[in-house]
Amino acid sequence: MKQVISVIALVTLGFVLWQLVPIAIPSGLGPVTQHYVADGLVDNGGSNLVTSIVVNYRGFDTLGEVTVLFLAVSGAAFVLRRRSGLEVYEPIPASEIVQTGARLLFAPIVVFGAYIFVHGHLTPGGGFQGGAVVASGVLLLLLADRDRRLPHGLLSWVESLSGFGFVLAGVAGLLAAGSFLANRGVLPLGQWNRLASAGIIPVIYVLIGLKVGSELSALLDLMVHAANEREEAHR
Amino acid sequence: MAGNELYVATALIVILVGFATVLVKRNLLKIVIGFSLVDSGANLLIVSLGYLPGRTAPIVDNADMLARHGSLLVDASKFVDPVPQALVLTAIVIGVGVTALMLAYVVRLYATGKTLDVREFGRMKW
Repeated sequence: MKQVISVIALVTLGFVLWQLVPIAIPSGLGPVTQHYVADGLVDNGGSNLVTSIVVNYRGFDTLGEVTVLFLAVSGAAFVLRRRSGLEVYEPIPASEIVQTGARLLFAPIVVFGAYIFVHGHLTPGGGFQGGAVVASGVLLLLLADRDRRLPHGLLSWVESLSGFGFVLAGVAGLLAAGSFLANRGVLPLGQWNRLASAGIIPVIYVLIGLKVGSELSALLDLMVHAANEREEAHR
Repeated sequence: MAGNELYVATALIVILVGFATVLVKRNLLKIVIGFSLVDSGANLLIVSLGYLPGRTAPIVDNADMLARHGSLLVDASKFVDPVPQALVLTAIVIGVGVTALMLAYVVRLYATGKTLDVREFGRMKW
């Protein structure tokens, strides 16, 4: 019976969504988007218009998104921290190839992540993607060596300070140009398509990259070590 | 209609498969996978709704994309809609965080009930 209701509900949902598609598909840019695209370079100087929307036009929204990510990660950390009642499995050690490969690849992966978030205003990429790449390097390191400890104090300091720096950059815009997270008037916009351009956008994106990278790394560390620490408590 | 029905249809199928997983499966891990599928499908749907055929990614790295020589005004008719891409960009990372939160709940539920069967957890699901 429940299966039948599920199928009926899904078919209805699919039908309704498909009916909405012709309404939703645009024939061109809307008036707001038109402004974002046409004046994006004049306003922000960043070649990547997606970045100039994420960090400048919708910068306040991005601050909210970063907060949501922080809440999700701290919720997971809170839930995983209580360790009673979990069975402990002896982790299988990683093979020689994984261990050597992880040691070899960790530095290039972190550098690549940093490259992605430093060039967020010029190329596809930015703070969120670069931070995720950095965290994937950390995951490789943790999978290769289960006993490795990440410097938790350092990670939480990086995370807090970069979040604080994001808000400070917003307040700088408020003081210099009269609106929160404003770009013009805080830093020079620089020359189009150069690394040192787009005013305060690269600064904010590097901060977002550091914040996302350290947050996800701390989460991975917590997940990998949830078992190990209980094991030590048993001994 | 523009030429992006294929992407939209794929996204809708992924969303529906995700909801079907959430409704039908009883293993908590599979339910989490279902939510993850809904998340991916919604992202794909939003991005494909901003796609305009024959236009390119909204990155102005070429002087031909400017409206006039010597001015930084951009020729908007050359680019797809950047707003959905900006929304999805943050949503992907949020999705990772939310999935991690759901998996953490699953770990706790398993520690409490010693089972992954959702029927064992009372009235949390019909």
